[in-house]
Amino acid sequence: MDKLIVSPSPHLHSSCSTKGLMRDVLIALAPAVAVSIVFYGWRALLVLGVSVASCVLLEYLIVKYLLRKSTTVGDLSAAVTGVLLALNLPVTTPWWVVFLGALFAVGVAKMTFGGLGQNVFNPAIAGRVFLLISFPSYMTHWEAPQGLFGVDAVSGATPLGAIKEGLMQGASVPDLMAQHGWTYGQMLFSNIGGSAGEACAIAILLGFLYLVVRRVIKPWITLSILATVALVSLLFWGIDPARFTDPLFNLLTGGLLLGACFMATDYVTSPMSTAGGVVYGIGIGFITLMIRYFGSYPEGMSFAILIMNAAVPLLNIWFHQKKFGRA
Amino acid sequence: MARRTFSIGGIHPDDAKLSRNAAIEAIPLPSAVYISLAQHIGAPAKAVVAPGDKVKAGQVIAEPGGFVSAFIHSSVSGTVKSVGVCKDLSGKAAPCVEITVEGDEWVEGVDLTPDLVTDIPADGKAILEKIRLGGVVGLGGATFPTHVKLSPPPGKTCEMLIINGCECEPYLTSDERTMLEKGEQVVVGTALLSHVLGDPHAVIAVEDNKPEAIAHLRGIVERLRPLGGPYAGIEVRSLMKKYPEGGEKQLIDAVMGRQVKSGQLPIDAGAVVQNICTALAVYEAVQKNKPLVENSVTVTGKGAARQANLLVRVGTPLRHVIDCAGGLPDSIAKVVSGGPMMGKAVVNLDAPTLKGTGGLLLLTEAETRRGAEGSCIRCGKCADACPMGLEPFLLNRLARADRNDELEAASVQDCIQCGCCLYTCPANIPLLDIIAVAKARVLGIIKARAAAK
Ligand code: SF4
Ligand code: SF4
Repeated sequence: MDKLIVSPSPHLHSSCSTKGLMRDVLIALAPAVAVSIVFYGWRALLVLGVSVASCVLLEYLIVKYLLRKSTTVGDLSAAVTGVLLALNLPVTTPWWVVFLGALFAVGVAKMTFGGLGQNVFNPAIAGRVFLLISFPSYMTHWEAPQGLFGVDAVSGATPLGAIKEGLMQGASVPDLMAQHGWTYGQMLFSNIGGSAGEACAIAILLGFLYLVVRRVIKPWITLSILATVALVSLLFWGIDPARFTDPLFNLLTGGLLLGACFMATDYVTSPMSTAGGVVYGIGIGFITLMIRYFGSYPEGMSFAILIMNAAVPLLNIWFHQKKFGRA
Repeated sequence: MARRTFSIGGIHPDDAKLSRNAAIEAIPLPSAVYISLAQHIGAPAKAVVAPGDKVKAGQVIAEPGGFVSAFIHSSVSGTVKSVGVCKDLSGKAAPCVEITVEGDEWVEGVDLTPDLVTDIPADGKAILEKIRLGGVVGLGGATFPTHVKLSPPPGKTCEMLIINGCECEPYLTSDERTMLEKGEQVVVGTALLSHVLGDPHAVIAVEDNKPEAIAHLRGIVERLRPLGGPYAGIEVRSLMKKYPEGGEKQLIDAVMGRQVKSGQLPIDAGAVVQNICTALAVYEAVQKNKPLVENSVTVTGKGAARQANLLVRVGTPLRHVIDCAGGLPDSIAKVVSGGPMMGKAVVNLDAPTLKGTGGLLLLTEAETRRGAEGSCIRCGKCADACPMGLEPFLLNRLARADRNDELEAASVQDCIQCGCCLYTCPANIPLLDIIAVAKARVLGIIKARAAAK
């Protein structure tokens, strides 16, 4: 009798793997990473290195010694978390603060829920918010871009932070914009202050395009966030341009693009259905602006994503794909 | 502009039609055939021969065991050695007639000449009876007795006959070769089927990865159109290549733009679907008096000794078929009867071919190995791939928790077991394995509930 393998159909498998998808995300993040290193030099590299190394090492240790399972770092998801966390921090963040962020992201937000696929909150966002609450001064101050070999560090508040402070002191938005000399060209191509990953909007959009073309993600969540932010801020800005920032400003600052393209689209913590994804995106966009306009934190993207993460199980119950032959 | 594919889900695996240029060749007869009496859906046939009987090719050896059942004919001439059981390809016992092959003599009245007979009998009932007597069953995989499918229940009419030439399973090429080599017969068979159904519009649907077959059939249809009658209503339509286009419900959606409702039959949507090879079998049964005793079988695979499309008598041991295609190389670790997506892994190479055996796919270990199972990353790719619009990740979770009510609410019973979900899943979760078990369980519950009423 021949020894034939017998197993159920299908007998072939596509070449798509978790590791391959994560590798694609890393490739998509490469332009943003490269730009941050060019703009901020070795400090960006340091934050990135500490973040990625801590995330991967922590996951490895937790899986091996606490959960006693076979290692999962090979799926590259911990590396993705590490890169995203780094891109969401100002480059001036001390290394030990970065490590604490990684500890919270991987150790608390990811592994206590059971690891990849089980977590409710996006680990990198959770790590960032943890740091934002615990170490606000490190998180809302930025360093002026000084190039790969720059020496002098100039620091100040992020644009959203500066506007928030200015408004509280009674200044108007156009005055503040003029006073700081911010232009949209700067926002699009080079940084006006913020975290490492926001150095260049074009680099982020390039990565997003790559993910969509490779069919790693569908564009709907991102588009619905951007459209919501644009429309809602247009409304407020139309009512009172002195008090409210304009749509373009909102789209290009405060980690909005990075969040919309790379964090809100995280498979695990976003809805399964396209319709659910659109609602999720609208929620994120709306909450972000409400926090920016009326809240006490200058930016709101991270909080908005976390809040909508929590709503995902509900969205998954409410929205389903259309079934074949069922009305 | 006509729709060109089905509307929900689907995947695009490499079609790997390695054997597409291998012409169909008749293989030498084996020393004995083992003809299964349970090779169609429905009741097994009842043997009408006894050991020691002399039989000729084309002679009835078993009669239908019920309305949904089919005649079975001897595929060879020789002596009946036993009427008992033999092991099928999964190693399970099945009722079977064993015949020792002696010469190759056919029963009286079978027309073995290649002459094309295009006249369509006026009486549809007479055609139907000949299809029944010819033991014709659906050759697209389900082997449902064809005469039953051609008898719509009272009050339902067929608006469109669809002849399935999609061959959407990767690797398989027997349908394609049949269209190229027996195109005229296929078109006449289509006209016969159409006439039984009252001459509805008939569409021969072919995926666009077979442009030669499409052009060839179009030429024949144009040539035969002047004959009028059912010939006037035949159209060849090119569909976009996408798996599982050949699934009955997907095909009706692609061609007619109608979704057969859950729990209903194609005829409820006004459609009857038959396979290309079934149309050929109908032609032979009706026009040539030749019952269904042979079919073409693709033997293929990247590691196969050679690529072949073979004309095989029903009941030939699989091993003999593979030997005729150069044998089984050592590197082959798995033999699949059918295509790679829905075919069955063969346990027993001594099992015989059935009327519906369309291909033998030889796979190496590396080709068929599944990656280690990871955890679901909730990417939703399985749901995007599912042609029934189900959510395999959810069905998987519910099935593992034995939550039957929720499985039913999530329509696990609609799964057509196409394998798209498992094929796609980046975490290598054995979705279909688990869903198939859950589906059987839920169908059992639904049946029991209906019986209790
Ligand atoms: S096997 Fe069933 S659940 Fe999986 S894709 Fe096909 S129909 Fe959907
Ligand atoms: S394809 Fe696999 S990993 Fe992705 S959602 Fe479906 S089951 Fe989960």
